Amino acid sequence: MASANPYKTYLNIWLLLMFLTFITVYAAEFDFGALNVPIALLIASVKAGVVALHFMHLKYEDSMTWVFAIYPLFLLFLLIAFSATDIFTRVAN
Amino acid sequence: MTDHHDFDKNYLENGKGFKSWFFTVDHKRLGVMYLWAIGVFFVLAAIASFLIRFEHLSPGQTIISAQTYNVLFTLHGAVMVFLFIVPGVAASFGNFLIPLMIGARDVIFPKLNLYSFWIYCAGSLILLLSLAAPVDTGWTFYTPYSIDTGTNVILVTFGVFVLGFSSILTGINFIVSMHKLRAPGLTWDRLPLFCWAAYATSLLQVLATPVVGITLLLLIGERYFGLGFFDPAKGGDPVLFQHFFWFYSHPAVYIMILPAMGIISEVIPVFSRKPIFGYKAIAYSSLAIALISFLVWGHHMFTSGQSKLINIIFSVITFAVAVPTAIKVFNWLWTMYKGSVELSAAMLYSLAFIFLFTIGGLTGLFLGALAADVHLHDTYFVVAHMHYVMIGGTVFGLFSAIHFWYPKMWGKMFDEFKAKIAFTLIFIGFNIVFFPQFILGTQGMPRRYFNYAPEFETLHQLSTYGTWILGVGFIYMLYTLFKPVGAADANPYRSVSLEWQMPSPPPTLNFKEIPTVTTSTYDYGTKVEQEA
Ligand code: HEM
Ligand SMILES: [Cu+2]
Repeated sequence: MASANPYKTYLNIWLLLMFLTFITVYAAEFDFGALNVPIALLIASVKAGVVALHFMHLKYEDSMTWVFAIYPLFLLFLLIAFSATDIFTRVAN
Repeated sequence: MTDHHDFDKNYLENGKGFKSWFFTVDHKRLGVMYLWAIGVFFVLAAIASFLIRFEHLSPGQTIISAQTYNVLFTLHGAVMVFLFIVPGVAASFGNFLIPLMIGARDVIFPKLNLYSFWIYCAGSLILLLSLAAPVDTGWTFYTPYSIDTGTNVILVTFGVFVLGFSSILTGINFIVSMHKLRAPGLTWDRLPLFCWAAYATSLLQVLATPVVGITLLLLIGERYFGLGFFDPAKGGDPVLFQHFFWFYSHPAVYIMILPAMGIISEVIPVFSRKPIFGYKAIAYSSLAIALISFLVWGHHMFTSGQSKLINIIFSVITFAVAVPTAIKVFNWLWTMYKGSVELSAAMLYSLAFIFLFTIGGLTGLFLGALAADVHLHDTYFVVAHMHYVMIGGTVFGLFSAIHFWYPKMWGKMFDEFKAKIAFTLIFIGFNIVFFPQFILGTQGMPRRYFNYAPEFETLHQLSTYGTWILGVGFIYMLYTLFKPVGAADANPYRSVSLEWQMPSPPPTLNFKEIPTVTTSTYDYGTKVEQEA
């Protein structure tokens, strides 16, 4: 592994995750209207990304592993994009 | 545990009794157990379908009640799809063949492989437990009916959820094995095409299955806790269920067919004594199918109230996915061209595959065309189309594999002549069952209907008579396979691919020494073959 002292990194990451959890809870106190869900998802995505990069070692992996890690995100995008295209272009008759 | 280092023992002799099988990590034994399991489930679901067909001998009630009818087609569809054809060829022949073909002693995670099998057993059991209050939704579990019906939807969907993990873990195992365990010299462009097909299948299993798992959890959440994902009264959207369901289930039709295509690519060159034509085109078209198949799911939803714009988009992309499939068909035909074709039983099943699957595929294009589908959707045309693909394609491919690798798997030979008679019965019976259904469909006979208008009677009866021929064919095939006639050589077909360059049945550890590969897998009619 690349890092000289992995335990220190892991501890820092853990602290960051705790901090983001705190932000999630704090953000829930406010009503952002339509933005409520996007904001919660954004914070959660940052957390997931940090976990994948460090705890799951994605940061140190070769490009093939990156392809396998990124492609499902693209599929998720397709699932949402096509379903949303349907839902937002329906016309009542 | 049995002694895994006894190299002289073949995998069938290495250990006896239930424990030596149920706790084995040998990929060959796991492959054989999957083959048995899918075989049993196939018979079970086939019996359900024969009852369905018998009911249609006359309009109105013939032998079973309307509710029993609904239960039977649901049972038939769910068992055929989730217990038979999705694990199907990949779990059985994939397990048996991939390590042999890539020159490895096992898959990369043998224990995980056993674990997948156990999960498969558990999931199947859960699904079948639902028979206590059998489900009547059809295998697609569409909302809102799947929320409202009093039958055991939760058990069935939970069973499918559990089965999904088996599929995902097997997929991961195969992908990593093919990346990490290929023998020296076995470059990607020498890899047998069955492995390429299994690789593409595994990608689909890993990438698509989680979506159906989550979808069914949402359904369970809605049924059990009254959450409102799909109920418009609670702000949900019933069509969203169909989006999620088909996001998995369209790629899943390629999980069903790709491994069978891989088998055809192995069988055709051996019995044509010619190198496969267009190796790269066949290999890459498997990957192309795996990628494009994620973009067409909405063609199952043209009449669901889905928006006009997205209908057009899905229809156009559907036509694109036919291209890589057609590429394969042309390459198989070209492989046979001017070859020295031998019509063995295995080859007959493969040839029938090309013929029947092409009919299934082309009628799929009718259904992908928007205007035609509005008329044909949810009619018997669809039933005929999908059975031409799933039986004419996958099941014929599976039967081809069962005959082709029979000597390798069991170390014995079967009676070729009897096998060809069984093939003839199955081929004729199949077409009598399903061809009339195309006509019924165009005339407006809806699918999943217990009753029908009197003018449909003749065609329905014809279709039912067909199942009797088909059933006799199945039984005769099994009889032939269960009565071997003498021991098999290591390589009775003079195949050049790796799995035939070892004793039949293979030794427990496959290769005494990991081989070094120096040529393509399809060197027929060339210098290499003449030296061998
Ligand atoms: C063994 C011979 C088979 C026969 C005679 C047969 C017959 C039928 C019939 C008559 C139906 C229509 C029921 C209706 O709409 O009222 C049906 C539906 C279906 N079959 Fe088969 N089938 C056979 C094999 C298979 C195989 C091998 C598969 C797939 C692996 C399969 C998958 C399905 C599915 C998914 C449905 C739809 C069920 C539903 O509407 O929910 N069948 N079959
Ligand atoms: Cu589809």
